[in-house]
Amino acid sequence: MDALDLARWQFGITTVYHYIFVPITIGMSALVAGLQTAWVRTGKEHYLRATKFWGKLFLINFAIGVVTGLVQEFQFGMNWSDYSRFVGDIFGAPLAIEGLLAFFLESTFLGLWIFGWDRLPKKLHLATIWLASIGTLLSAYFILAANSWMQHPVGYEVNPGTGRAELHSIGALLTNSTTLVTFPHTITACFLTAGAVLLAVSAWHLRGKNQEDVFRPGLKLGAWVVLIAGIGVLITGDLQARVMTEQQPMKMAAAEALYETSQPASFSIFTIGSLDGHEEVASVRIPSLLSFMATGSPNGEVEGINNIQQEYAQKYGEGDYTPYVPVTYWSFRLMIGFGGLAMLIALVTLWAVRGGRTPRSRILWISAIATVVMPLLGNSFGWIFTEIGRQPWTVFGLFRTSDSVSPSVSTAEVATSLIVLTLLYGVLAVIEVGLFLKYARAGAPEIHQESDDADRPLAFAY
Amino acid sequence: MELTTVWFGLIAVLWAGYFLLEGFDFGVGILLPVLGRDDRERRLLINTIGPVWDGNEVWLIVAGGATFAAFPEWYATLFSGFYLPLLLILVALIIRGVAFEYRGKRGDLRWKRGWDAAIVAGSVVPAILWGVAFGNIVRGVRLDASHEYVGGFFELLNPYALLGGLTTLGLFVLHGAVFLALKTDGPMRERAGSLAARLAVPVIVVAAGFLLWTVLAHPSLSGAILALAAAVALVAGALTIRVRREGWAFVATALTIVLAVAALFVTLFPDVMPSSISTANSLTTANAASTPYTLRVMTWVAVVFTPLVLAYQGWTYWVFRKRLTVERIPV
Ligand code: HDD
Ligand code: HEM
Ligand code: HEM
Repeated sequence: MDALDLARWQFGITTVYHYIFVPITIGMSALVAGLQTAWVRTGKEHYLRATKFWGKLFLINFAIGVVTGLVQEFQFGMNWSDYSRFVGDIFGAPLAIEGLLAFFLESTFLGLWIFGWDRLPKKLHLATIWLASIGTLLSAYFILAANSWMQHPVGYEVNPGTGRAELHSIGALLTNSTTLVTFPHTITACFLTAGAVLLAVSAWHLRGKNQEDVFRPGLKLGAWVVLIAGIGVLITGDLQARVMTEQQPMKMAAAEALYETSQPASFSIFTIGSLDGHEEVASVRIPSLLSFMATGSPNGEVEGINNIQQEYAQKYGEGDYTPYVPVTYWSFRLMIGFGGLAMLIALVTLWAVRGGRTPRSRILWISAIATVVMPLLGNSFGWIFTEIGRQPWTVFGLFRTSDSVSPSVSTAEVATSLIVLTLLYGVLAVIEVGLFLKYARAGAPEIHQESDDADRPLAFAY
Repeated sequence: MELTTVWFGLIAVLWAGYFLLEGFDFGVGILLPVLGRDDRERRLLINTIGPVWDGNEVWLIVAGGATFAAFPEWYATLFSGFYLPLLLILVALIIRGVAFEYRGKRGDLRWKRGWDAAIVAGSVVPAILWGVAFGNIVRGVRLDASHEYVGGFFELLNPYALLGGLTTLGLFVLHGAVFLALKTDGPMRERAGSLAARLAVPVIVVAAGFLLWTVLAHPSLSGAILALAAAVALVAGALTIRVRREGWAFVATALTIVLAVAALFVTLFPDVMPSSISTANSLTTANAASTPYTLRVMTWVAVVFTPLVLAYQGWTYWVFRKRLTVERIPV
């Protein structure tokens, strides 16, 4: 493997890892804020206990999101310096704005929230978690605007003198049609993820009828969030598929392993075979579904890989413009599949616990608890699809991955950082899962009568 | 003034803010085993920075992002060139950040000891390496005609840069000790104050040596004035902490850091990364910059949002202004 391959592996590993924690942060900060609002409004103690319980799990998760984000910010310069040179004029702006608008907001107000329980008036303290939550949404918006520009570059011109892309309209960058569909799809998927956390952890407790006052509402809230957010994910996903087909037809063709242009095109739920367009052993197909996803009409024409490859070769010069189809094909299905499965389980669980019931079915509880990993997998596969489907480009149609890598960085250096960071991530993952389980099992804290003495110990602090 | 100059100045401000704020975080982290004799005391020390350390670290993220946006060539050359030191800094900041959040999440002492070690290592390494990095930037490194760093790792470990690393280490530890004297009460306040007073003299010697070397190697009037002002502020810090005027001492060490960063950036200007091979290869505010349009957009964003950020960050320090004592830390 050369430096390019290693750098690509490193980017994939770092970003997928970062994105395990990010959706939980985005979704849970809002849900915790909602629970705390319910407490402030109603004064009911079980809301406060729920706020503190979920808040603690949220913070355990947040810590790793923050420190892996740091690597994200640095790695463009470290591993992808030629990319940074080419796009810095455009790509750096949303990144810097994200820091100034979102990360400051998030980190400062989260610090206030953690340490402010007995320092700030109730309502002001409530405002801090809402502000932190808004910070996470802003952060997602700007980083997605940056990423969307790589999927669908707008508002720029390439300067023939320097060979660099230059920004002409920040407005176009921030209202990129790709961003406008990616943002709702990603955010609804974040809520799906957080809902699954609530559902799974609550199910663990409710199975043994433990702390029902906190975990029965927790389970219902989680399940409803999974269902509602899930419907949002499907609707926005459909919109996104249409925009994507228009902007990156190759990605849609690769998502279906569709080699020949078809009208109408069917969607295969799975295929046994090599996916290289030659031998298909068996497949289960839904007629016209791909046409509908891609064009909005059940009879629409969907271009095949072979056609698009020819078109691109004429437009961009000889070369291979087809991404690695087995990955795009399966990751697209796994994204949808894991999300759909989580929704299904949420629906069944909700039905099973209706009217205060606590069913005894082991399978039900085990699948409800297992739901926690499904949206995480769905998210990862969604991103893997998005990013691998864009290959061989880093900036679609403009700049290739093979031109992006740092010329001055040696293979040994990239290998070192890949090994060091991956090992570190592995260790951190073990520690974080251990802590998460410990606090999830411990259940919601009992609330002692709060005294107003400002000198009493800081119970929620380190 | 040209926008490239404005952005050079803004990036200097971001780094100065970062070192001023995370400087005392690093200092507190390094002093953890020195001043914290038992677990409760160590928690007391960590709680002085608990609510603010993450916000302080965002200064680094924004400095990085702003460099990417305003001077992409600088960002690209610097981050790919100083690859291994940056990797070490990243690892250090990762384990340190996680340590703050996780050390209190389990009761047993071995767990806490482990994270305490992570905090110390995670604070020492960046405290030194940032100085080494800036020493090298000011000194000039081997950049070829396409602005790529060709010097390798060991060239970064030259005497001047290493003295720079020692200087940031010393300044941050002193700054951290003064901060602790300001933020705690009771015996801890006294211990931190007297440690700061004892540290002051060696730190003055090292920092003055580094600043003098800088001024002699790159003579300029404004650089010399700023370096001198930094030295004066440092001496003022030493004197005020001796008589336990912690507030003034903190202002003085903070000023020292800001003035020292200013001295380095003024020395650098108009280069952003001079090449030691040929001045023709140097990265400057002109040839490393983004287009005027991007700089204009970024200027607006900075003008509107920076005051807001400063206001709410300042407010956080106000909310947590009360001195902490060990009695407030639960057993
Ligand atoms: C569990 C989460 C989840 C679920 C159930 C779905 N998605 Fe998704 N999808 C994501 C989570 C996600 C994601 C991780 O959030 C991605 C990666 C990049 C992005 O914008 O969102 C994504 C990307 C993504 C893209 C790629 C966009 C691009 O590259 O430009 C398309 C076309 C879809 N999705 C379409 C769908 C459809 C049609 C779905 C269901 C019918 C669906 N997604 C369910
Ligand atoms: C958080 C979710 C994301 C995931 C899981 C993800 C995943 C990946 C993966 C797996 C690759 C490697 C592709 C390959 O080597 O074939 C990649 C490449 C890349 N992605 Fe993403 N990405 C994400 C978001 C982003 C965002 C938000 C940006 C920009 C702001 C971005 C920019 C890049 C760049 C610069 C590359 C490197 C070039 C390449 O190898 O393709 N990614 N990403
Ligand atoms: C490759 C691109 C990315 C970069 C450069 C990046 C950068 C960062 C940085 C520097 C942090 C730490 C902030 C702090 O110290 O408080 C962070 C955290 C965060 N990032 Fe990313 N990020 C990337 C991808 C993403 C994506 C795709 C999303 C969302 C859609 C996202 C959302 C967040 C959120 C919400 C946080 C704060 C919460 C947490 O730490 O869990 N990031 N990111």
